[in-house]
Order: sequence, then C-alpha cells, then structure tokens
Amino acid sequence: MNSGVKRTSAYQIVSLVILVILAILFAFPLYWIVTGAFKTAASINATTPDWFPKEWVLDNFNKLFSRQTAPLWEFGIPFSSKFSADGKPIIFTAGPVVPAAIRWLVNTVFMAVMAMILTCVTSAMAGYALAKKRFKGQHLLFTLIVCAMALPKQVILIPLLREMSALSLYNTIWAVIFPTVGWPFGVFLMKQFSESVPGEMLEAARIDGAGEAKTFIEIVLPMIKPGIGALAIFTFINSWNDYFMQLIMLNSTNTQTISLGIAKLQAENSTDFGLIMAGASLAAIPIIAIFIMFQKYFTQGIAMGAVKG
Amino acid sequence: MKKKRFLALGLSLVMALSLTACGGGNDAAQQPAEDAAATEEPAPAEEAAPAEDTAAADDAAGDAQTEEAAGGDLSADITLWTYPIGNWGDSATVDSLVASFNAKYPNIGVTVEYLDYTNGDDQVNTAIEGGQAPDLVMEGPERLVANWGARGLMVDLSDLFATEAGGEIYESVNAACKGTDGKYYEYPLCMVAHCMAINQNVFEAADAMQYVDAENHTWTTDDFLKAVQAVYDSGQTNVGAIYCSGQGGDQGTRAIINNMYSSTFTNAEHTAYTANTPENIKALETLYAQDGINFDAAINGGEEITLFRNGTLAMSFCWNAAQQTNTDNSAAGTTNNGDTILPMLFPSDDGKTELCGGIWGFGIFDNGDQAKIDAAKAFIDFICNDADQVKDSVKASTYFPVRPTLTGIYDGTEIADTMNEFSTYFMPSMGDYYQVVPGWAEARTEWWNMLQRIGTGGDVATEVETFVTNANAAAAQ
Amino acid sequence: MAKSSNIPNRSKVLVRRETRSAYLFLLPNMIFFVGFVIIPMILCIYTSFFDSTMGKNAKDVFIGFQNYIELWTDPIFLRALKNTFVIVLVSVPVVCIFSLWVSASIYKLKGPILSTFRCIFYLPVVTGSVAVTVVWKWMYNNYYGIFNYLGQGLGVIDKNINWLGDERFALWCIILILFTTSIGQPIVLYISALGNVDTSLVEASEVDGATNFQKFWKIKWPLIMPTTLYILVITTINSFQCFALIQLLTSGGPNHSTDTVMYYIYYTAFKRYRYGYGNAMGVVLAIFIALLSAVQFKLAKEK
Repeated sequence: MNSGVKRTSAYQIVSLVILVILAILFAFPLYWIVTGAFKTAASINATTPDWFPKEWVLDNFNKLFSRQTAPLWEFGIPFSSKFSADGKPIIFTAGPVVPAAIRWLVNTVFMAVMAMILTCVTSAMAGYALAKKRFKGQHLLFTLIVCAMALPKQVILIPLLREMSALSLYNTIWAVIFPTVGWPFGVFLMKQFSESVPGEMLEAARIDGAGEAKTFIEIVLPMIKPGIGALAIFTFINSWNDYFMQLIMLNSTNTQTISLGIAKLQAENSTDFGLIMAGASLAAIPIIAIFIMFQKYFTQGIAMGAVKG
Repeated sequence: MKKKRFLALGLSLVMALSLTACGGGNDAAQQPAEDAAATEEPAPAEEAAPAEDTAAADDAAGDAQTEEAAGGDLSADITLWTYPIGNWGDSATVDSLVASFNAKYPNIGVTVEYLDYTNGDDQVNTAIEGGQAPDLVMEGPERLVANWGARGLMVDLSDLFATEAGGEIYESVNAACKGTDGKYYEYPLCMVAHCMAINQNVFEAADAMQYVDAENHTWTTDDFLKAVQAVYDSGQTNVGAIYCSGQGGDQGTRAIINNMYSSTFTNAEHTAYTANTPENIKALETLYAQDGINFDAAINGGEEITLFRNGTLAMSFCWNAAQQTNTDNSAAGTTNNGDTILPMLFPSDDGKTELCGGIWGFGIFDNGDQAKIDAAKAFIDFICNDADQVKDSVKASTYFPVRPTLTGIYDGTEIADTMNEFSTYFMPSMGDYYQVVPGWAEARTEWWNMLQRIGTGGDVATEVETFVTNANAAAAQ
Repeated sequence: MAKSSNIPNRSKVLVRRETRSAYLFLLPNMIFFVGFVIIPMILCIYTSFFDSTMGKNAKDVFIGFQNYIELWTDPIFLRALKNTFVIVLVSVPVVCIFSLWVSASIYKLKGPILSTFRCIFYLPVVTGSVAVTVVWKWMYNNYYGIFNYLGQGLGVIDKNINWLGDERFALWCIILILFTTSIGQPIVLYISALGNVDTSLVEASEVDGATNFQKFWKIKWPLIMPTTLYILVITTINSFQCFALIQLLTSGGPNHSTDTVMYYIYYTAFKRYRYGYGNAMGVVLAIFIALLSAVQFKLAKEK
C-alpha cells in the first residue's frame, strides 16, 4: 500500500512536469503574439529572441490602424446586386469609417455568430425530424448525411465558387456562411440528441392537441438544449477558423475576415513582423476574452453535449 | 423555467425570421430581377453610344481639351487591384494618385485593393471564376499578357499604344506587352532591371571585396564563387539562398542560374522553354555544391530579403532599385544593423550580364461593361500619359519610366543618387523580356518545384529535363 | 424505426401529416445542405469528366474517365493521398489518447489549477489557426527559429535544421501544429466526462481491490465511451480540414512532401488551371471519406 502511494506520486510528479512543459508549448504562441505586438522593430527583428519586451510601444498598432479604412458595417439586401440598376448590392446602412482591421473583426464576428445561429436552428429542426418522424427517403438522407459529414470543402471548391457567382453571393460574407450551415455534421449531432427524447412525451403532447411547432419548441428543444450548446460552440469555433472558405470567397478589404487580413499582412510585409503580430493579437484577443469570460459555460456546454451524444 | 421559455421563444423567433427571410428573399430576388431586366435593357444602349464617342475622341486627338470635356462625361465605378510595385502597394500613395485622377474625372469612382505576391494570383483567379474580376489590374506582362490575356480575359489596349505617348515606349517593352495574337494586353508604366546585392561589411570582414568590382558593380562567375567561399570560410555559414518555397521573387533564381555560364531560359522567339542547356545544368550543379549556398524550400523571395536585411544572409538574389531605397527598417541602402548594401549585377563568365527585367503596367479585364472599360482606359491614359501626372505615377513605383522622353523624375529627391546609379550601371544590362512565353504561370510553378527537387538531392540533369518537358507541355496548350 | 412497430394501424391521414411535418422540419436545413453541398457535389462529378480550364477561350472537352486514369499515374496525387491519410491516421489517435491522458492527469486537480490548465490547452483552438501559424513559422525558421536556437543551446542538434524546408520533417511539423490546435476541445470534453463518472462505482471497485488500471479500464472507460466517439468524429473532421497550415507554411512543399489532397485540389485549380482534374481528385477523396465515415459510423453503432 505504502509503495503504491509512493509510485503514484512519482508518476504524478513526472506527468505534472510533462504537463507544465506542454502547457508552455501551448501558451507560447499566444504569448509571443501579444508581446511581439508591443515590441519595437529592433527588438522583434533581433536574431537572438528577446523573451520579454524591454520597451512597450504601440507603434505596431498605430501602423496597423493607419493602413486602409473601411466603414464599420454595411448591411445590404441579399441578392440585391441581381436587380439593382448598377449591378452593385443595395446597401441601406453603413457605419462610420474605421481602420480596416476593425471591420475585419466585425465581419468575422458576424460570420461566426450568423453561422452558429443558422446552423443550430436548422440542424435542431432537421435532427428532430430525422430522429422522430418517419418519411420517405429517410434512410437515404441519413446515409448521405453521414457520408458527407467529414467531407472537406476543398472537394467542391470550383463548383461552389461558380454557384456563388451565379447567385451573386461571391465576395459577400454569406458565401462563407451558407456552406457552413449546409455542412451536415450539425444535423447528425442533433439527430443523436433527439433520439433521447421519449416518444411517449411526444405522443402525449399530440393527444393534448399540441401542434407540431408547439411540441418542438416546448418539449423537444428543452431536452436537446445541451446538444445545441455543443453544436453552437463547435460551429462558432470552426467557422471562426475556417480560413479556406474565406480565402476562396472573399476578396475585398470591406468583406474580408481577420484571418484573411493577417494572412495577407504576412505575405505582404514579411519584413515587418511587429505589424503581423499586432494583427494576430487583434484577431486572438477578443475571442480569448470571450472564452475566458464564458469559460464555465463553454466547457459545460460542450461537455454535457458529449456525454449524451 | 422562465429562462427556458425565453430561450425557446428566442429560438422560435429567429427560426421564423430565418424562414420568412429565405422565402421573402427568393421572391424578392425573382420578382424584381425580371423588372430590372426589363428596365435595364435600354439603359446600356443609351450609355454605350456616348461611351464610344468619347473613346473615339480619345483615340483621334488625345489633346488635352477634348479629354477635359470627356472627363466629366465618363461615369462608372471601377476596381483597381495592384500588386506591391514600389509604393503602388501603399494605400496612402495610391489614394493621392487616385485623388489627382478624380480631380479630372470626378464621376469615376476607383476602389483599390492591394494584392501580395504570395496569394495575389490565386485571389485574382478565384475572382475571375467568381465572376468578379477587377476592372483594372496592375502587374507585369507575365501575368497580364501571357496568362490572363492569353486566356481571353483582357481587353485589347492597342488604341492606347496609338497615342503620342504610347508611340514613344521602348521597342522591347512594347513587344513584351503584346500577346501572341498581336493584341496589347498591358499598357506599361514603369520598369526595372532586377539585380542582386551583397552585404559589403560582411564581405570586407571576410576579405572578399577583392573579388568584387565595386565601382562597376560587376564580377565574374569565378570571383563570385570565390567570394562566397571566402565569406563562408570567415564563419558566415549562410551566404546566399536559392529560395524556392513558391514563385515569389523567382526571377532572381532564374537570373543567377542563367547568367553564371551565359545561358538562356527560353528561346529567342518566346515560344519554348530551353532551360535544359549544359550551361544551366552546370550552374545548378555548381550552386548546389557550393558551400554557403542553400537550396531553401522554406522561404520565398520576400523572406530571403528579410533574412538578408537582418544579417542572416550575406547576399540577396532578389534585389532592385526599390529594395535599395526602402527605409522600412533602417536607412536606405543599409541592413537592419547598419551594414552597407551594395547592389551587384549577377555574375557572368563572359562579362556580359543579362538582367531579368521587370515591367509593370495596367491591364483591363473584360467584364462586359463598356462604360467600365472606357473609365479604366481613361484611368490608364491619365496615369501613364498625362504629362503632369506620369512623373508622379512612375515615382510612386520607385522604378524607371518606359519612355525615353521622361527624364529627371527623381531629381531633387532623396533617392536621386541611387536611382542615377541604377540607371547608369544596371538598366543598360536589362536582358530579353522572356516572361511572356505561353504557359508562363504553369512554367514558373514547375520552376520552383524543380528547385525543390534539386535541393532535396534530385539529379540536376533529370530534374531540369522534367521541368522543360512540363513547361513546354503547358506552353503547347 | 422501433417506434413504428409499437403503434400499428396508423391511418393514412396520420402518415401523410407526419410526412409533411417531417419535410417542413427538414426544409430549412435542406435548402443549405442541398444547395451548398449536394448540388456542388453533383456539378463536381459532372465536371470531372471534362478537360476544363479557366478563361474565355477555354472550351470544356468531354474526356470520359481520362482524368481519373491520370490520377493513378500522378505521383504527386498519390503522395498527397498518402499524406492526407497519414495526417488523419496519426493525428486522430494521438489527439484522442493524448487528450485522455492529459484529462486523466488533471481532472482531479484543484479548481483554479484545473481551469488554468484547461484554459491553456484550449488557447490554440480559440487563437485561430492563422494567428498561431504566424508564430509557428517563426519558431520553425531555419536561421533564427526557436527550435534551432534551443536545440543548439541544449546540444540536441549540432546543425540548424530547416524544419519546414526538409522533406523528412515538414509533414511532422504540420502535424504537430495540427495537434496543438485540435487537442483543446477533446481535453475539455474528457475532463467533464471523467468528472461525471459516478464516484460510488469507483469506490466500490477499490473495496474489491482493483488496481488503478483496472479501475480505469473496467469502469471509467465504458462510461466515457460516448465522449470518445464524439471526439473521434470531430477530430477526424478537423484533420481533414487541415488546409490553412499547409497553405500558409509550406504551400505543399518541399517537393510536395506536405501536399494533402485538399491542398493539391486548390493547387491544381489555381496554379495549374486544370479544373476537371481537380474535380476528379475531389470525387476520389469524397468517395474515400464517405467510405471511412460509413465504416466509422457502423462500428460506433455496433458498440
């Protein structure tokens, strides 16, 4: 017994050391981005790493913000370029002019939130129907969904591009959002969750005279809420990180996202590392702030989902 | 419980909204689309007529007064995509150029997007496929003529060449802007001869300056190799890099290889790739075997410059006047720690270096809208031909004009001396502009792939042969 | 399916009503699924039989299965296919096992320490792959990167290694970054799954004299099985989406050693302008992935 305890603690110490080393490796990129953003040009270009900024400066951010500008937001009527007189989308409101990097952040948040909401709503409905209803083509549809779940978007790169062009959605944020919403992982997940809703409850509700919509909203939704939480977080993060679709679909200063913006900064100014770091920290800090603020909700949301899924 | 109900309510609300939005959206899209088609029909016809008139006016006279009158008439919103050509990649500079254009053409809106050399081509290609190619694009003939022009995507600019200014353009530049079908797909603004550069302080410390003719910026291939060895022996293990992670700056790797033993990259008719000469193979083998020269598949031209500037490398193969005058990180002509940068011609065994030229100008994508094409032409005409404007336009690029009549552009500026030095010692060595061989885009991809294979130990003769085969296959398509 | 046997003799009206409501529930999602996944997929299959390129002079020429035949003789495609499966087959198990180990080591730690660890491991996920890549590129740098700096300093390597420029290492460098950006979510999931394991079961087995290993394997493992399955699925999806790392770090090089099919499709389309060929690759990849998903799902269902 005694030796057993000793061995465990030795093992624990070793594993703790490994964990700490790993934690450093994981935290380092972010640390380097944030400190790099505040370093002087000399410090960041030093060939021997400057582990900590000797001098904190805002030069890099000033440079980042003095580049191009863009309106803070623009809301256009979807598809309006199809019928507007000059072939451009009709924009009914535009925000004050700000540095383009801020606009990219707004675009990214809008994209991720929109993709998240649309995915959760449509998937919850579809997943419920797949799990609890019987209809023609059910089996075929489910097979399709399972097969398409892990499909990388690169596969349909060219057809999707042409389709977005035909729909006049190319170079709008919707061209990134819609394919994300269409990706069937959400339906799959929601179907798995909806399986756990007891059929008797649905039957009881029907006998009570509740309509389909009422049954769904009052009985099904509360029961699959953890699943929706899991899906929401998964979609938000995936869509935030989905560099590929953004790269393909967005091509102007006003429409691009922060990920694209940094990638471009990096390609354009390989000499100016500080500027790139400033851009990268601008991309990273808001989402990390969100994460830390909602950490509890984030982690519980995903976890509850997984236990049942 | 209350919270749950609130959530459910919220969700259902969003759902309802999204549903109606979808339905409404579709209806809206279909209904007015038909209306618009009906109303739109006569509009372009009306516009087309005066547009042709103005174009004709431009062609015929080109004198300032008719143009002034035309300036107010032309009305369109156009997009201009520029690559980072000197300060044409800097939004403040370009904004001021566009502002002076708008002073004359107040009704033409110009939206500028800035591309980079890593992803820029892909960005234009996706935009073409997405049906939103830019109206105007600023780059060199290798893209505008050999790639997009050859694919039938560009507008013929012969009428611009017919103007007085257009007639003055150097013959070699004129030839580079002409596609194989005899149409002009680029109207040039500026040019430069790409060269290389060395870190003079490092060379002096290694006693390698004895191999360099610093006065004339020349050296022979033997001296070049001796100098590299000397620098390597002095303890600087990374002297130069044959960068090949992508196509960025690839003219440098081609130039060093072609010049070392005086060979060529393509045939003189610009119809086929001929890089598989014994001289080129010898050059590649020599470079591969040389201490201090790495075939680096992790960096491209831009990153090589970064490494040169921060002192990691002692020479750069990707240099030109704009690099020499760059002041981003330190004073012009110095590395980050203040070492002197000496621009050099590529080494050659026969004393006659052929520098790879860079030509930059404008092309117009044919997006099917005559008003936009006319507006874009007006922009090119103003930027490149207007006597009051063209010097500023060229100055923004920090390169050299393409017409002999434009002189003294940099007089009185801080960089005048450097620019004089370049036009005296480097511009005369500008070689054949061969980057317009058909299939150029594919060929340059094959080129850096080939360098990667050689860098990882592939047999030089075999790999060069593979390159030529693949490149010529693309040229034949 | 089971439900239908419970309630026999449903009237046709009821069946029709159920079908209609099912379709209505499915409709919003199907607009997106069919519109932006299925239709492009069909177009993709269609174009894969053509020799198609960019430009107005280009005419699509029907060439039957030519593109598919060429694929199997294209060494770069075969290499890309191999790399794709190496990435998936290495990163999926490693991420799963490793995240389980990390979670098992930390889930009993005190609240603040636990949440610090959890937060740190989750950081690369939320930082975003592009931002993270900027730093990794610097860390891998041949000339002044931190790995060479530390490696030389500690005497592990005697010569700088060009991590991303060397065929032997480049793919593993990519996999390492992929690993750091995909392990966060599984760790969070496992920590709470392990935390939810009923302690009375574990205590009961301790009374029976079970070893640590037995406790884990016999009691905890089956209980966290659903979590494991979910992690398997999302990690597989993430690994197949690995595009940004390659595009930003190596562009598939050196010598196509980091090409995946996903990147090679992009490369074929926009650097070689061969749309038909790119689409044929997409179809082949889609078939492989569909089979893999189907097998994975079948296995999961049997368990």
